[in-house]
Order: sequence, then C-alpha cells, then structure tokens
Amino acid sequence: MSLLTAPTLTHYLVLGAILFAISMAGIFLNRRNVIVMLMAIELMLLAVNLNFIAFSRYLGDMAGQVFVFFILTVAAAESAIGLAILVLLFRNTGSIDVEAQGRLRG
Amino acid sequence: MSFQTFTFYAFAAILIFAALRVITTRNPVHAALWLVLSFFTAAGIWMLLQAEFLAITLVLVYVGAVMVLFLFVVMMLDVNFDTLRQHFRTYLPIAAAVGALVLFEMALVIADSAIGRTSPAPPAPTGSNTRALGRLLYVDYVYPFEIAAVVLLVAIVAAIALTHRERKERKHQDPGAQVKVRREDRVRLINLPSEKPPA
Repeated sequence: MSLLTAPTLTHYLVLGAILFAISMAGIFLNRRNVIVMLMAIELMLLAVNLNFIAFSRYLGDMAGQVFVFFILTVAAAESAIGLAILVLLFRNTGSIDVEAQGRLRG
Repeated sequence: MSFQTFTFYAFAAILIFAALRVITTRNPVHAALWLVLSFFTAAGIWMLLQAEFLAITLVLVYVGAVMVLFLFVVMMLDVNFDTLRQHFRTYLPIAAAVGALVLFEMALVIADSAIGRTSPAPPAPTGSNTRALGRLLYVDYVYPFEIAAVVLLVAIVAAIALTHRERKERKHQDPGAQVKVRREDRVRLINLPSEKPPA
C-alpha cells in the first residue's frame, strides 16, 4: 500500500491538525454543555502537544518536550479551576447551559 | 509495512475516532471515557516519537487525575443533559463548517511550507529520555519550572477558594470575641436578700 508509508513529520502534523479541527468543531457543537466544552479544550491542547513532540523528535531538540511539560502543567491547573467555576455556576444557577448565562453581561 | 508504521496508523485511527466520539456522544460520562481512550492512544503515539517520560506523564496525570476530576464533576452535578442536547442539530452545520475551515487552513500551512519535507528523523538519542529531560528542566529551564510550581499552587488555592462552602452549623471559636470580652459581659452580681432564719 503506497498510501500508508512510514510515518514522517507530516503525518504527525496532519494528525495534530485533524485533532485540533475536531476539538474546534466540538466547541461549537456543544455550545450548551460546558463540561464537553472543557473536554474539547483538553483535546485541543493534546493536539498542540502532539505537534510539539513531533517537532522535538524530528528536529532533534529536546526543548520541545520541556514545553509540553509546561503545557501539561498549565492545562491541569486550567481544568481544575474551570471545573471549580463550573461547580460554582451550577450551584448558583442550577444549570450549566452557556446560553443561559446571559445575565453575567454587565 | 513495518510494525511501527502499522502502530502509527492504528493509533491515529483510534485517536480520531475517540475524539469524534468525545464531541458527539450524548452522555457526558461516555464523553469522559472516550476522552480517556484518546489520551491513552495519544500516549502511545508519543511513545512512537520516543517521548517516553511525557507519555507516562500523560497517562498518570490526565487519565489518572484530570479525567477522574471530570468524572467526579459530571456525576456530582445533577444536570438534565437531554435539554442540553436539544440544539445539537442546529449547531451542526456551523460546527462542521468551522472544523473544515480550520482543517483546510492547516492543510495549506503544512502542504505549502518546507516543514513537511525536512530530512528523516535523526537517530534516536541514546540514553534515558527521562534523564535528558530532567537535565534540561533542572538546568536550563529551572525558573520556568519554579513558575509552573507557583501556577499549580495558585490553581490549588483558587479551586478551594472558589468551591469552599462555610458550614453554618459548624462549632468554632472566635478568638477576637474571646479577647474582646469584658468582665461586665460575663459576670453579673446580684444582690439577693439573705433568707431569714425560721423563727
């Protein structure tokens, strides 16, 4: 099969791009559900990390992996605070519907 | 097709399928479980790229901690998820359009630049990946590392401060009130007439 050649840098970049596009669509698709929106953001960060690691491998520079390390740290902090805000939102309004949160507007 | 090539395509297919299920599944618990699968598969792909330490970290931190947190929150919130799904179909066209547009733009960038045509991978670095990463992290990137620790501390404090609820029925001391108290608040002298002895 000529299409399925051995993976090169382009293969990993295409995979990362597909993953990013899927999570982008997921954010639009789940406009009403904050939990799945947060999950889509996690997927997005995963796609970015995949690109970092692929470049790190194919350019022979370990610094890319250090950046993935920091992205993982910040993403963990982000999801923890995001879920805390989500719990607070549900406790105060009884809903996690983004569209219903219009009263935060000024 | 070598085994490594086969592994890459199999893992890539599983990863894309799992990611699609995350954003389209009806039940958020299932979405979280599909997300676990995609993280696990991504860890496998990172192994192929010889980033062993980060692959293990992804499994430990994400599958072990972050996804458990997600599942906790999903199960803790008593949300009627059916009402959230009512407008799913109305958002489908714009979501598909935006996703396709993002993919198209990225395809242009990847196809048109020289990054895809770089030389084949350099030989894998010998020695431990963890050792190399640790040397880089603790020597060249030690200040960012410290800042990352502070970010985590801030996240801990913020998450607790946001969700902590003061319990009303809790018994506790108020040292300020204890110190501020005066003698008149506590002791009251009553002048009682002494009882007369029976005659």
